[in-house]
Amino acid sequence: MSIEPVLFYIFSAVLVFAAVMVIAVRNPVFAALFLVLAFFNSAALWLLLEAEFLALVLVLVYVGAVMVLFLFVVMMLDINLTPLREGFIKYMPVGLVVAVIMLLEIAVVVGPENFGLDQVAPPPRHGADYNNTAELGSVLYTVYAYPFEIAAVILLVAIVAAISLTLRRRPQTKYQNPAEQVLVRREDRVRLVKMEAEKAGSAEGAEGD
Amino acid sequence: MIALSDFLILGALLFCISLAGIFLNRKNLLILLMAIELMLLAVNINFVAFSHYLGDTAGQVFVFFILTVAAAEAAIGLAILIVLFRNRRTINVGQIDSLKG
Repeated sequence: MSIEPVLFYIFSAVLVFAAVMVIAVRNPVFAALFLVLAFFNSAALWLLLEAEFLALVLVLVYVGAVMVLFLFVVMMLDINLTPLREGFIKYMPVGLVVAVIMLLEIAVVVGPENFGLDQVAPPPRHGADYNNTAELGSVLYTVYAYPFEIAAVILLVAIVAAISLTLRRRPQTKYQNPAEQVLVRREDRVRLVKMEAEKAGSAEGAEGD
Repeated sequence: MIALSDFLILGALLFCISLAGIFLNRKNLLILLMAIELMLLAVNINFVAFSHYLGDTAGQVFVFFILTVAAAEAAIGLAILIVLFRNRRTINVGQIDSLKG
């Protein structure tokens, strides 16, 4: 009896529990935190599957970037939660029925009689010198170089889209224009005026009138 | 030993939980986005499991691309959510009906 099935069942149980809590809790902050827990547990499961690079990427990218973004948005928005929860009980039966039917159907297809230990034998474990990152990189930068560049462009488009969507121009706020500041010349700011020197007598006379 | 079907059924379980979440929380746009992330995670678990048991790295490369697209999707989705909240002061799906003819 190896320890791997024990680890698998522990991580799977916590993963399923976290997933249920994501959709069941009332507060979106707790939902986001339970989603973080789900990502951590699935990263542990991927380590069991010898996908070390993807497990670390899941923690770094998802927990470090995406879920922090979610938490940031959840805490920034001032949401009234009460109307968002209405219909939770009303849609519970149909949701559960659809989910259970779909789970049974998928389980019939992917169950142990089709993908069990007899049909798909578990591969032998790699040695300690096996490098998952190097193997993934050797494929990613040769066979999948073109899709890799497309993925980079997708990320760039996402950056541009997110910034341009949330950028807000307020005409009433005063802000500096650095281009105009740099382009300014002496003639625009300083004006020399030729004028006669004032005489003390004339000023007094004007007041006297 | 852990069979491939164990991982596949775990992925199916996660997928169905998030599907039920979409049904239950259909008023809250934030939870809907989180349920979609959970669905993508379930699909990724299937990919990684098949990649391990069939000895093919292509599955892990595909998970890599799914992660990329999911990150982009989350960023744009949350940006749209913020713009929506700024204009309508709500993220209730039931009240987003200004396009109704």
